[in-house]
Amino acid sequence: MSIIEVKNLTKKFGDFVAVDNISFSVEKGEIFAFLGPNGAGKTTTIKMLTTLLEPTVGEIKVNNFNLKNERDDVRRSFGIVFQDPSLDDDLTAYENMEFHAVLYGHDKNDRPKRIEELLRLVDLWDRQKNLVKTFSGGMKRRLEIARALIHTPKIIFLDEPTVGLDPQTRNHIWSYVVNLSKKEGVTVFLTTHYMEEAEKMANRVVVIDHGKIIGSGTPAELKSKTETNSLEEAFLKLTGNSIRPDEASSVDMLRSHARMWGRKR
Amino acid sequence: MSTIYILWLRQLKKYIRSTPRIIGSLGQPLLFLLVFGFGFGSIFEKAGGGNYIQFLVPGIVAMAVVFTAIFGGIELIWDRQFGFLKETMVAPVSRFNIMLGRTFGGASVSVLQGIAVLLISFLIGFKMQHILMIFPAVIFMFLTAFFFTALGTAIASKLTDMQAFPIIMNFLVMPLFFLSGSIFPLDTAPKVLQVLGKIDPLFYGIDGLRFAFIGTSHFNPWIDLLVLVGFSLMVLLAGKHLFEKMEA
Repeated sequence: MSIIEVKNLTKKFGDFVAVDNISFSVEKGEIFAFLGPNGAGKTTTIKMLTTLLEPTVGEIKVNNFNLKNERDDVRRSFGIVFQDPSLDDDLTAYENMEFHAVLYGHDKNDRPKRIEELLRLVDLWDRQKNLVKTFSGGMKRRLEIARALIHTPKIIFLDEPTVGLDPQTRNHIWSYVVNLSKKEGVTVFLTTHYMEEAEKMANRVVVIDHGKIIGSGTPAELKSKTETNSLEEAFLKLTGNSIRPDEASSVDMLRSHARMWGRKR
Repeated sequence: MSTIYILWLRQLKKYIRSTPRIIGSLGQPLLFLLVFGFGFGSIFEKAGGGNYIQFLVPGIVAMAVVFTAIFGGIELIWDRQFGFLKETMVAPVSRFNIMLGRTFGGASVSVLQGIAVLLISFLIGFKMQHILMIFPAVIFMFLTAFFFTALGTAIASKLTDMQAFPIIMNFLVMPLFFLSGSIFPLDTAPKVLQVLGKIDPLFYGIDGLRFAFIGTSHFNPWIDLLVLVGFSLMVLLAGKHLFEKMEA
Protein backbone atom coordinates (compact mmCIF):
# COMPACT_ATOMS: atom_id res chain seq x y z
CA MET A 1 0.00 0.00 0.00
CA SER A 2 1.44 3.37 -0.89
CA ILE A 3 1.51 6.17 1.64
CA ILE A 4 2.70 8.85 -0.76
CA GLU A 5 1.40 9.06 -4.29
CA VAL A 6 2.65 11.63 -6.73
CA LYS A 7 1.11 11.97 -10.17
CA ASN A 8 2.36 14.19 -12.99
CA LEU A 9 3.83 16.71 -10.60
CA THR A 10 5.26 19.88 -12.12
CA LYS A 11 6.59 23.06 -10.55
CA LYS A 12 7.54 26.11 -12.57
CA PHE A 13 9.17 29.27 -11.30
CA GLY A 14 8.50 31.66 -14.16
CA ASP A 15 10.01 29.99 -17.20
CA PHE A 16 12.19 27.70 -15.17
CA VAL A 17 10.86 24.19 -14.73
CA ALA A 18 12.18 22.94 -11.41
CA VAL A 19 10.16 19.74 -11.35
CA ASP A 20 9.02 18.33 -14.66
CA ASN A 21 6.06 15.98 -14.72
CA ILE A 22 7.24 13.37 -12.23
CA SER A 23 5.22 10.46 -10.84
CA PHE A 24 6.24 8.05 -8.12
CA SER A 25 4.93 6.40 -5.01
CA VAL A 26 6.33 5.48 -1.62
CA GLU A 27 5.23 2.28 0.09
CA LYS A 28 4.11 2.24 3.67
CA GLY A 29 6.92 1.44 6.11
CA GLU A 30 9.78 1.58 3.64
CA ILE A 31 12.89 3.69 3.68
CA PHE A 32 12.77 5.64 0.47
CA ALA A 33 15.70 7.63 -0.87
CA PHE A 34 15.17 10.54 -3.21
CA LEU A 35 18.50 11.29 -4.83
CA GLY A 36 19.84 13.86 -7.24
CA PRO A 37 22.60 16.39 -7.76
CA ASN A 38 22.31 19.98 -6.52
CA GLY A 39 19.46 21.80 -8.19
CA ALA A 40 17.85 18.60 -9.44
CA GLY A 41 14.51 19.43 -7.85
CA LYS A 42 14.69 17.38 -4.65
CA THR A 43 14.00 20.13 -2.19
CA THR A 44 11.32 21.67 -4.40
CA THR A 45 9.58 18.30 -4.48
CA ILE A 46 9.82 17.91 -0.72
CA LYS A 47 8.43 21.41 -0.28
CA MET A 48 5.45 20.49 -2.41
CA LEU A 49 4.92 17.21 -0.56
CA THR A 50 4.98 19.06 2.75
CA THR A 51 2.56 21.87 1.76
CA LEU A 52 5.19 24.59 1.69
CA LEU A 53 4.92 25.12 -2.04
CA GLU A 54 1.92 24.99 -4.30
CA PRO A 55 2.41 22.61 -7.26
CA THR A 56 1.93 24.18 -10.70
CA VAL A 57 0.35 20.97 -12.00
CA GLY A 58 -0.16 17.51 -10.59
CA GLU A 59 -1.72 15.51 -7.84
CA ILE A 60 -0.26 14.55 -4.46
CA LYS A 61 -1.72 12.19 -1.92
CA VAL A 62 -0.09 11.79 1.45
CA ASN A 63 -1.45 9.18 3.87
CA ASN A 64 -4.52 9.01 1.60
CA PHE A 65 -5.25 12.68 2.07
CA ASN A 66 -5.39 14.95 -0.91
CA LEU A 67 -2.91 17.76 -0.59
CA LYS A 68 -5.18 20.25 -2.29
CA ASN A 69 -8.13 20.19 0.06
CA GLU A 70 -7.04 18.20 3.12
CA ARG A 71 -3.98 20.23 3.89
CA ASP A 72 -4.10 20.03 7.69
CA ASP A 73 -4.66 16.26 7.61
CA VAL A 74 -1.63 15.97 5.37
CA ARG A 75 0.33 18.15 7.79
CA ARG A 76 -0.55 15.98 10.75
CA SER A 77 0.60 12.91 8.82
CA PHE A 78 4.25 13.81 8.48
CA GLY A 79 7.20 15.10 10.44
CA ILE A 80 10.08 16.79 8.72
CA VAL A 81 13.73 17.53 9.30
CA PHE A 82 14.61 20.31 6.90
CA GLN A 83 17.85 20.64 5.02
CA ASP A 84 18.61 23.86 6.92
CA PRO A 85 18.27 24.01 10.67
CA SER A 86 14.82 25.10 11.77
CA LEU A 87 15.14 25.28 15.53
CA ASP A 88 14.80 28.42 17.58
CA ASP A 89 18.28 28.97 18.98
CA ASP A 90 17.06 31.28 21.71
CA LEU A 91 14.81 28.62 23.22
CA THR A 92 15.87 25.54 25.15
CA ALA A 93 15.68 22.02 23.74
CA TYR A 94 12.62 21.37 25.85
CA GLU A 95 10.94 24.60 24.76
CA ASN A 96 11.49 23.79 21.11
CA MET A 97 9.82 20.43 21.68
CA GLU A 98 7.00 22.02 23.63
CA PHE A 99 6.40 24.60 20.92
CA HIS A 100 5.97 21.84 18.38
CA ALA A 101 3.70 19.83 20.65
CA VAL A 102 1.40 22.82 21.14
CA LEU A 103 1.28 23.64 17.44
CA TYR A 104 0.30 20.06 16.65
CA GLY A 105 -2.30 20.02 19.41
CA HIS A 106 -0.64 17.18 21.26
CA ASP A 107 -2.60 16.25 24.39
CA LYS A 108 -1.48 18.52 27.20
CA ASN A 109 -1.29 15.79 29.86
CA ASP A 110 0.73 13.47 27.67
CA ARG A 111 3.08 16.23 26.55
CA PRO A 112 5.84 16.02 29.21
CA LYS A 113 5.97 12.24 28.93
CA ARG A 114 6.20 12.26 25.16
CA ILE A 115 8.88 14.96 25.13
CA GLU A 116 10.95 13.12 27.72
CA GLU A 117 10.64 9.85 25.84
CA LEU A 118 11.87 11.40 22.61
CA LEU A 119 14.64 13.47 24.15
CA ARG A 120 15.89 10.29 25.76
CA LEU A 121 15.69 8.49 22.44
CA VAL A 122 18.13 10.97 20.90
CA ASP A 123 20.27 11.21 24.07
CA LEU A 124 19.44 14.84 24.78
CA TRP A 125 17.39 14.51 27.95
CA ASP A 126 20.19 15.79 30.18
CA ARG A 127 20.52 18.84 27.94
CA GLN A 128 16.81 19.68 27.92
CA LYS A 129 17.28 22.98 29.75
CA ASN A 130 20.12 24.24 27.58
CA LEU A 131 19.57 26.88 24.93
CA VAL A 132 19.81 25.38 21.47
CA LYS A 133 22.44 27.94 20.47
CA THR A 134 24.89 26.07 22.71
CA PHE A 135 24.33 22.83 20.76
CA SER A 136 26.66 21.32 18.17
CA GLY A 137 25.42 20.61 14.66
CA GLY A 138 24.89 16.96 15.48
CA MET A 139 22.92 17.70 18.62
CA LYS A 140 20.69 20.10 16.71
CA ARG A 141 19.99 17.45 14.12
CA ARG A 142 19.08 14.92 16.80
CA LEU A 143 16.80 17.42 18.44
CA GLU A 144 15.12 18.11 15.12
CA ILE A 145 14.53 14.42 14.57
CA ALA A 146 13.03 14.09 18.04
CA ARG A 147 10.86 17.12 17.44
CA ALA A 148 9.59 15.81 14.12
CA LEU A 149 8.32 12.69 15.89
CA ILE A 150 6.31 14.28 18.70
CA HIS A 151 2.97 14.04 16.97
CA THR A 152 3.63 10.39 15.97
CA PRO A 153 3.70 11.04 12.23
CA LYS A 154 3.19 8.26 9.71
CA ILE A 155 5.96 9.60 7.51
CA ILE A 156 9.16 11.39 8.31
CA PHE A 157 10.94 13.52 5.71
CA LEU A 158 14.69 13.84 6.17
CA ASP A 159 16.19 16.36 3.78
CA GLU A 160 19.95 15.76 3.87
CA PRO A 161 19.92 15.06 7.59
CA THR A 162 23.60 14.14 7.84
CA VAL A 163 25.18 16.97 5.93
CA GLY A 164 28.25 18.38 7.69
CA LEU A 165 28.22 15.84 10.51
CA ASP A 166 31.07 13.60 11.59
CA PRO A 167 30.89 9.86 10.88
CA GLN A 168 30.03 9.02 14.50
CA THR A 169 27.03 11.32 14.53
CA ARG A 170 25.96 10.19 11.09
CA ASN A 171 26.02 6.60 12.22
CA HIS A 172 24.03 7.48 15.29
CA ILE A 173 21.40 9.32 13.33
CA TRP A 174 20.95 6.50 10.85
CA SER A 175 20.61 3.99 13.64
CA TYR A 176 17.78 6.08 15.13
CA VAL A 177 16.15 6.16 11.74
CA VAL A 178 16.40 2.42 11.17
CA ASN A 179 15.08 1.86 14.65
CA LEU A 180 12.10 4.06 14.01
CA SER A 181 11.21 2.47 10.77
CA LYS A 182 11.46 -0.99 12.32
CA LYS A 183 9.80 -0.37 15.66
CA GLU A 184 7.12 2.14 14.84
CA GLY A 185 6.64 1.40 11.17
CA VAL A 186 7.30 5.01 10.25
CA THR A 187 7.85 5.55 6.56
CA VAL A 188 11.12 7.36 5.91
CA PHE A 189 11.54 9.68 2.94
CA LEU A 190 15.13 10.85 2.75
CA THR A 191 17.49 12.74 0.54
CA THR A 192 21.24 12.62 0.86
CA HIS A 193 24.39 13.26 -1.11
CA TYR A 194 26.16 10.36 0.56
CA MET A 195 25.48 7.50 -1.80
CA GLU A 196 26.90 4.85 0.47
CA GLU A 197 24.37 5.93 3.11
CA ALA A 198 21.52 5.65 0.65
CA GLU A 199 22.78 2.28 -0.53
CA LYS A 200 22.95 0.96 3.00
CA MET A 201 19.70 2.46 4.26
CA ALA A 202 17.19 2.60 1.48
CA ASN A 203 14.78 -0.09 0.38
CA ARG A 204 14.05 1.88 -2.74
CA VAL A 205 15.66 4.76 -4.58
CA VAL A 206 14.50 7.33 -7.09
CA VAL A 207 17.06 9.42 -8.94
CA ILE A 208 15.97 12.83 -10.19
CA ASP A 209 17.90 15.24 -12.39
CA HIS A 210 16.87 18.47 -14.13
CA GLY A 211 13.43 17.94 -12.63
CA LYS A 212 12.90 14.55 -14.24
CA ILE A 213 13.07 11.05 -12.79
CA ILE A 214 15.89 9.22 -14.53
CA GLY A 215 16.08 6.04 -12.51
CA SER A 216 14.21 4.10 -9.86
CA GLY A 217 14.27 0.76 -8.11
CA THR A 218 16.10 -0.96 -5.30
CA PRO A 219 19.81 -0.08 -5.02
CA ALA A 220 20.56 -3.54 -6.43
CA GLU A 221 18.28 -2.99 -9.40
CA LEU A 222 19.85 0.37 -10.15
CA LYS A 223 23.32 -1.15 -10.03
CA SER A 224 22.43 -3.97 -12.38
CA LYS A 225 20.57 -1.63 -14.76
CA THR A 226 23.60 0.64 -15.03
CA GLU A 227 26.10 -2.24 -14.84
CA THR A 228 27.98 -0.68 -11.94
CA ASN A 229 29.24 -1.95 -8.60
CA SER A 230 28.00 0.72 -6.23
CA LEU A 231 25.12 3.13 -5.97
CA GLU A 232 27.58 6.00 -6.27
CA GLU A 233 28.79 4.76 -9.63
CA ALA A 234 25.24 4.12 -10.73
CA PHE A 235 24.31 7.63 -9.66
CA LEU A 236 27.21 9.16 -11.58
CA LYS A 237 26.41 7.12 -14.65
CA LEU A 238 22.82 8.32 -14.56
CA THR A 239 23.48 11.97 -13.81
CA GLY A 240 26.83 12.53 -15.51
CA ASN A 241 30.07 13.90 -14.15
CA SER A 242 29.65 17.62 -14.65
CA ILE A 243 29.58 19.79 -11.54
CA ARG A 244 26.31 21.60 -10.88
CA PRO A 245 26.08 25.25 -10.04
CA ASP A 246 25.53 25.71 -6.34
CA GLU A 247 24.64 29.30 -5.63
CA ALA A 248 25.53 31.01 -2.39
CA SER A 249 22.06 31.64 -1.10
CA SER A 250 20.92 34.78 0.62
CA VAL A 251 20.90 32.69 3.78
CA ASP A 252 24.67 32.52 3.78
CA MET A 253 24.87 36.25 3.31
CA LEU A 254 22.37 36.84 6.06
CA ARG A 255 24.19 34.53 8.41
CA SER A 256 27.33 36.60 8.10
CA HIS A 257 25.26 39.72 8.48
CA ALA A 258 23.72 38.32 11.63
CA ARG A 259 27.12 37.49 13.03
CA MET A 260 28.17 41.04 12.35
CA TRP A 261 25.27 42.21 14.48
CA GLY A 262 26.17 39.87 17.26
CA ARG A 263 23.29 37.45 16.87
CA LYS A 264 24.91 34.09 17.11
CA ARG A 265 23.33 31.44 14.96
CA MET B 1 -5.90 29.86 20.77
CA SER B 2 -3.00 27.79 22.07
CA THR B 3 -1.16 28.56 18.83
CA ILE B 4 -1.44 32.27 19.47
CA TYR B 5 -0.38 31.78 23.08
CA ILE B 6 2.73 29.73 22.35
CA LEU B 7 3.90 32.16 19.66
CA TRP B 8 3.31 35.07 22.02
CA LEU B 9 5.22 33.29 24.76
CA ARG B 10 8.10 32.60 22.41
CA GLN B 11 8.51 36.29 21.54
CA LEU B 12 8.46 37.23 25.21
CA LYS B 13 11.01 34.60 26.22
CA LYS B 14 13.33 35.62 23.43
CA TYR B 15 13.04 39.26 24.46
CA ILE B 16 13.69 38.67 28.13
CA ARG B 17 16.71 36.51 27.35
CA SER B 18 18.35 39.03 25.12
CA THR B 19 19.72 41.71 27.45
CA PRO B 20 21.90 43.30 24.75
CA ARG B 21 18.82 43.82 22.62
CA ILE B 22 16.89 45.41 25.49
CA ILE B 23 19.72 47.81 26.24
CA GLY B 24 20.48 48.40 22.57
CA SER B 25 16.98 49.43 21.71
CA LEU B 26 16.82 51.76 24.70
CA GLY B 27 19.82 53.62 23.35
CA GLN B 28 18.23 55.61 20.58
CA PRO B 29 15.16 56.83 22.49
CA LEU B 30 17.32 57.84 25.42
CA LEU B 31 19.68 59.71 23.15
CA PHE B 32 16.74 61.58 21.64
CA LEU B 33 15.32 62.24 25.07
CA LEU B 34 18.53 63.71 26.43
CA VAL B 35 19.70 65.60 23.35
CA PHE B 36 16.36 67.10 22.41
CA GLY B 37 15.05 67.34 25.93
CA PHE B 38 17.93 69.36 27.28
CA GLY B 39 18.99 70.90 23.98
CA PHE B 40 15.67 72.44 23.03
CA GLY B 41 14.17 72.65 26.48
CA SER B 42 14.95 76.30 27.17
CA ILE B 43 14.00 77.51 23.67
CA PHE B 44 10.70 75.65 23.89
CA GLU B 45 9.98 77.25 27.21
CA LYS B 46 10.92 80.75 25.99
CA ALA B 47 8.57 80.30 23.06
CA GLY B 48 5.79 79.73 25.53
CA GLY B 49 5.46 76.00 24.98
CA GLY B 50 5.82 75.09 28.63
CA ASN B 51 8.02 72.32 29.98
CA TYR B 52 9.58 70.54 26.99
CA ILE B 53 10.38 67.29 28.83
CA GLN B 54 6.68 66.96 29.64
CA PHE B 55 5.88 67.43 25.96
CA LEU B 56 8.66 65.21 24.66
CA VAL B 57 8.42 62.10 26.83
CA PRO B 58 5.17 60.73 25.30
CA GLY B 59 6.80 61.06 21.88
CA ILE B 60 9.96 59.29 22.98
CA VAL B 61 8.06 56.51 24.72
CA ALA B 62 6.17 56.04 21.46
CA MET B 63 9.46 56.01 19.61
CA ALA B 64 10.74 53.12 21.72
CA VAL B 65 7.45 51.31 21.16
CA VAL B 66 7.42 51.88 17.40
CA PHE B 67 11.03 50.94 16.76
CA THR B 68 10.76 47.75 18.79
CA ALA B 69 7.45 46.93 17.13
CA ILE B 70 8.60 47.40 13.56
CA PHE B 71 11.67 45.33 14.30
CA GLY B 72 9.50 42.65 15.89
CA GLY B 73 7.53 42.46 12.66
CA ILE B 74 10.56 42.49 10.41
CA GLU B 75 12.05 39.69 12.51
CA LEU B 76 9.87 37.43 10.42
CA ILE B 77 12.60 37.68 7.77
CA TRP B 78 15.07 36.37 10.28
CA ASP B 79 12.83 33.48 11.15
CA ARG B 80 12.37 32.71 7.50
CA GLN B 81 16.06 32.85 6.69
CA PHE B 82 17.05 30.74 9.65
CA GLY B 83 14.39 28.19 8.98
CA PHE B 84 12.25 28.48 12.07
CA LEU B 85 9.36 29.86 10.05
CA LYS B 86 9.14 26.59 8.12
CA GLU B 87 8.55 24.77 11.37
CA THR B 88 5.43 26.86 11.92
CA MET B 89 4.38 26.78 8.27
CA VAL B 90 4.15 22.98 8.03
CA ALA B 91 2.16 22.75 11.25
CA PRO B 92 -1.57 22.07 11.03
CA VAL B 93 -2.57 25.55 12.16
CA SER B 94 -3.91 28.54 10.30
CA ARG B 95 -1.48 31.09 9.02
CA PHE B 96 -3.61 33.87 10.43
CA ASN B 97 -3.22 32.48 13.94
CA ILE B 98 0.52 32.33 13.44
CA MET B 99 0.50 35.93 12.38
CA LEU B 100 -1.73 36.95 15.29
CA GLY B 101 0.51 35.20 17.80
CA ARG B 102 3.60 36.87 16.41
CA THR B 103 1.91 40.24 16.36
CA PHE B 104 0.64 39.99 19.94
CA GLY B 105 4.10 38.87 21.03
CA GLY B 106 5.90 41.66 19.22
CA ALA B 107 3.40 44.21 20.52
CA SER B 108 3.76 43.05 24.13
CA VAL B 109 7.52 43.26 23.93
CA SER B 110 7.25 46.78 22.52
CA VAL B 111 5.00 47.86 25.38
CA LEU B 112 7.60 46.61 27.86
CA GLN B 113 10.22 48.61 26.03
CA GLY B 114 8.01 51.70 26.16
CA ILE B 115 7.49 51.26 29.89
CA ALA B 116 11.25 50.99 30.36
CA VAL B 117 11.73 54.35 28.66
CA LEU B 118 8.95 55.84 30.76
CA LEU B 119 10.61 54.68 33.96
CA ILE B 120 13.90 56.19 32.91
CA SER B 121 12.26 59.48 32.01
CA PHE B 122 10.96 59.76 35.58
CA LEU B 123 14.62 59.99 36.55
CA ILE B 124 15.14 63.12 34.50
CA GLY B 125 12.14 64.85 35.96
CA PHE B 126 9.12 63.72 33.97
CA LYS B 127 5.88 63.74 35.93
CA MET B 128 2.65 61.98 35.05
CA GLN B 129 -0.55 63.78 35.97
CA HIS B 130 -1.85 60.71 37.77
CA ILE B 131 -0.23 57.34 38.28
CA LEU B 132 -3.42 55.42 37.44
CA MET B 133 -3.33 56.95 33.98
CA ILE B 134 -0.69 54.32 33.25
CA PHE B 135 -3.58 52.05 32.24
CA PRO B 136 -4.87 54.12 29.35
CA ALA B 137 -1.22 54.79 28.49
CA VAL B 138 -0.55 51.06 28.18
CA ILE B 139 -3.61 50.70 25.97
CA PHE B 140 -2.34 53.38 23.61
CA MET B 141 1.15 51.90 23.67
CA PHE B 142 -0.27 48.50 22.87
CA LEU B 143 -2.40 49.70 19.97
CA THR B 144 0.49 51.64 18.51
CA ALA B 145 2.73 48.62 18.94
CA PHE B 146 0.14 46.30 17.42
CA PHE B 147 -0.20 48.50 14.36
CA PHE B 148 3.53 48.71 13.76
CA THR B 149 4.24 45.04 14.45
CA ALA B 150 1.52 44.07 12.00
CA LEU B 151 2.90 46.58 9.51
CA GLY B 152 6.40 45.15 9.92
CA THR B 153 5.07 41.62 9.49
CA ALA B 154 3.15 42.58 6.36
CA ILE B 155 6.24 44.19 4.86
CA ALA B 156 8.47 41.29 5.91
CA SER B 157 6.24 38.73 4.26
CA LYS B 158 7.22 40.34 0.97
CA LEU B 159 10.95 40.58 1.64
CA THR B 160 13.63 37.93 1.52
CA ASP B 161 16.49 39.48 3.39
CA MET B 162 17.36 41.97 6.06
CA GLN B 163 19.07 44.34 3.60
CA ALA B 164 15.84 46.26 3.23
CA PHE B 165 15.64 47.05 6.92
CA PRO B 166 17.53 50.40 6.76
CA ILE B 167 15.30 51.45 3.85
CA ILE B 168 12.21 50.75 5.92
CA MET B 169 13.64 52.64 8.87
CA ASN B 170 14.73 55.67 6.88
CA PHE B 171 11.91 56.00 4.41
CA LEU B 172 8.97 54.81 6.44
CA VAL B 173 9.53 54.73 10.16
CA MET B 174 11.57 57.91 10.63
CA PRO B 175 9.21 60.08 8.52
CA LEU B 176 6.22 58.68 10.38
CA PHE B 177 7.99 59.43 13.62
CA PHE B 178 8.86 63.04 12.77
CA LEU B 179 5.42 63.75 11.28
CA SER B 180 3.61 62.48 14.32
CA GLY B 181 4.14 65.54 16.47
CA SER B 182 6.50 63.55 18.61
CA ILE B 183 9.23 66.14 19.08
CA PHE B 184 7.51 69.37 18.07
CA PRO B 185 3.87 70.40 18.25
CA LEU B 186 2.12 70.06 14.91
CA ASP B 187 -0.47 72.73 15.77
CA THR B 188 1.99 75.52 15.04
CA ALA B 189 3.71 73.78 12.13
CA PRO B 190 3.08 74.61 8.42
CA LYS B 191 -0.23 73.44 7.02
CA VAL B 192 1.39 70.69 4.92
CA LEU B 193 2.91 69.06 7.94
CA GLN B 194 -0.37 69.33 9.81
CA VAL B 195 -2.24 67.56 7.03
CA LEU B 196 0.42 64.88 6.64
CA GLY B 197 0.44 64.38 10.39
CA LYS B 198 -3.28 63.64 10.41
CA ILE B 199 -2.80 60.62 8.14
CA ASP B 200 0.05 59.30 10.27
CA PRO B 201 -1.23 56.56 12.61
CA LEU B 202 1.52 57.39 15.07
CA PHE B 203 0.04 60.88 15.49
CA TYR B 204 -3.00 59.31 17.15
CA GLY B 205 -0.87 57.01 19.26
CA ILE B 206 1.18 59.88 20.62
CA ASP B 207 -1.87 62.10 21.01
CA GLY B 208 -3.48 59.39 23.12
CA LEU B 209 -0.30 58.97 25.13
CA ARG B 210 -0.11 62.72 25.79
CA PHE B 211 -3.65 62.62 27.06
CA ALA B 212 -2.80 59.76 29.39
CA PHE B 213 0.51 61.15 30.59
CA ILE B 214 -0.03 64.90 30.84
CA GLY B 215 -3.74 65.37 30.28
CA THR B 216 -3.61 67.44 27.09
CA SER B 217 -4.35 66.20 23.61
CA HIS B 218 -5.29 67.47 20.20
CA PHE B 219 -8.24 65.13 19.73
CA ASN B 220 -10.61 63.50 22.12
CA PRO B 221 -8.76 60.35 23.27
CA TRP B 222 -11.69 58.22 22.16
CA ILE B 223 -11.15 59.43 18.63
CA ASP B 224 -7.47 58.55 18.92
CA LEU B 225 -8.44 55.11 20.14
CA LEU B 226 -10.91 54.55 17.32
CA VAL B 227 -8.52 55.70 14.63
CA LEU B 228 -5.76 53.46 15.98
CA VAL B 229 -8.05 50.46 16.09
CA GLY B 230 -9.14 51.23 12.52
CA PHE B 231 -5.57 51.49 11.25
CA SER B 232 -4.62 48.29 13.10
CA LEU B 233 -7.48 46.31 11.60
CA MET B 234 -6.63 47.57 8.14
CA VAL B 235 -2.99 46.57 8.32
CA LEU B 236 -3.92 43.28 9.99
CA LEU B 237 -6.19 42.39 7.10
CA ALA B 238 -3.56 43.34 4.56
CA GLY B 239 -0.99 41.35 6.52
CA LYS B 240 -3.30 38.35 6.70
CA HIS B 241 -3.66 38.38 2.94
CA LEU B 242 0.11 38.64 2.37
CA PHE B 243 0.99 36.14 5.08
CA GLU B 244 -1.38 33.52 3.71
CA LYS B 245 0.08 33.86 0.25
CA MET B 246 3.67 33.75 1.45
CA GLU B 247 5.79 30.79 0.45
CA ALA B 248 8.37 29.75 3.02
